[in-house]
Amino acid sequence: MQEQQSIFGEDFLKTEEKQYNTLNLGPTHPATHGVFQNVLQMDGEIIMSAEPTIGYIHRAFEKLAERRPFYQVTPITDRLNYCSAPINNIGWHMTVEKLLQVQTPKKVDYMRVIIMELARIADHLVCNAVLGVDTGALTGFTYMFQERERIYDMYEEVAGARLTTNIGRIGGFERDFTPGFHKKLKDFLATFPARFEEFDSMLTRNRIFMDRVINVGPISAERAISYSFAGPNLRAAGVDYDVRVMNPYSSYQDFDFIVPVGTSGDTYDRFMVRQEEIRQSLKIINAAYNNMPEGNHFADCPEFYLPKKEDVYTSMEALIWHFKIVMGEVDLPAGEVYHSVEGANGELGYYLISDGGRTPYRLHFRRPCFIYYQAYPEMIKGQMLSDAVITMSSMNVIAGELDA
Amino acid sequence: MALTHDTVLEQLRSRFPEAILHSELSFDFLNVEIQPAQNLEVLRFLRDELGFIYLTDLCAVHMPEQSGREIGVVYHLHNLEENYRFRVKAWLPEAEPVIATATTVWAGANWMERETYDFFGVRFEGHPDLRRILNVDHMEVFPLLKQFPLEDTTREDKDDRFFGR
Repeated sequence: MQEQQSIFGEDFLKTEEKQYNTLNLGPTHPATHGVFQNVLQMDGEIIMSAEPTIGYIHRAFEKLAERRPFYQVTPITDRLNYCSAPINNIGWHMTVEKLLQVQTPKKVDYMRVIIMELARIADHLVCNAVLGVDTGALTGFTYMFQERERIYDMYEEVAGARLTTNIGRIGGFERDFTPGFHKKLKDFLATFPARFEEFDSMLTRNRIFMDRVINVGPISAERAISYSFAGPNLRAAGVDYDVRVMNPYSSYQDFDFIVPVGTSGDTYDRFMVRQEEIRQSLKIINAAYNNMPEGNHFADCPEFYLPKKEDVYTSMEALIWHFKIVMGEVDLPAGEVYHSVEGANGELGYYLISDGGRTPYRLHFRRPCFIYYQAYPEMIKGQMLSDAVITMSSMNVIAGELDA
Repeated sequence: MALTHDTVLEQLRSRFPEAILHSELSFDFLNVEIQPAQNLEVLRFLRDELGFIYLTDLCAVHMPEQSGREIGVVYHLHNLEENYRFRVKAWLPEAEPVIATATTVWAGANWMERETYDFFGVRFEGHPDLRRILNVDHMEVFPLLKQFPLEDTTREDKDDRFFGR
């Protein structure tokens, strides 16, 4: 049988090299919510390959931390995942407490749980609301941003700041929850669930939204584990890994909550996992708030916990500690410690090596965004350009955490 | 078989009698120091036979006073089923910091190794794309090495003594 030949000659069939369009998505593209650059090779509307470039807002946090006393590292952690800064702050406090072997009172643990779960709600709300915006549903975003505003008001009551919170201290909190905080939290817990369910009903079973997100940007459980995914993105792929359950910190073992998992790891599953986590977080906050133990809002570690301002003015002891702490004259024990908390994006780890000095000898942040964003080219390969945008938005890649 | 510090160490010791150099416990976390030349075999064994399928973290640390083994590459591994975590370290000479890549074991090691290269100059042999990742491409130094001070040393207005340093 005669071999078939192309009418254009045999060279034509041999050359499989197709010409692709190169598209520069970013670094300042309005659809990417942050400074991300991707050089895409496009076959029409289909993405053939993607080449991410990161580091646009790299601020050398690990180097900076090597010259700062421990309490001055807290503001650095704010700027990692700035959508849920309190989790980063408190994770860092707990890392230092682990090194110091300070036991925090139950009350501090419960206060921290409340703050961290509020931060998780704020982070997930922004992620899911923005996913709505990227798929064309702007309404939900405007309502959910109001709710996030109320959470920021609560941070303000506790720490005085809203976005980069620098919340709490090593050893606990600077003051007990204020009456204003109690009022705002009670108000939030009473009215937020209904408004959230309203938002949920706008998107979850919305046919247009479902068509838009189901089977977009999927990843299998095996690949997700191999890529060291964490948090909602890993759970959406069907792996029930949650640091709060696996290695409980800050008395999370006292609370009963469900770890939601997805099946296909696509954008819809990531959305649904986050939605359910918001409900679970509310449950945890209710449980922690209603069972708030009595006690101090700080641990007993005068070497590291700033004394009260009144005492500084009246007692010599307090003045000495105040001076020593502020000037960073307190040495920490030498040691090597890894502590991780469940950040809004997954396992946020602090690997701290102390040589017994006043600053960390080496501090490495395990930043979940940085680790899972590398799977992005694999997830969007063969998808449409507009799918790439919502895949990134549903992965909740935060530029601050990505670039450190 | 439940994994504990002892069982992990025993398994590693019996399988790689020469590659396991040292081990210690710090804050209830096992540290195992391995021979850098055999890192890939040890890591593969850990993933395939002891179930450490999850690479939590990969980074490096610079200890200039340890001559001949200044740069340590640190792997944090996690067995998700048993919920057991521990740390593997391999120390490399600063003059020739070369170690085999773990990208063939865990896909996620790719960017973590690029970051380690970017900041410490550790060359991961066999890495598919070992370029700088967070710093600019034309940077000439590896900034997290201890010989590079954070602040400008020629400045006289910032005397360390006044800052308790």
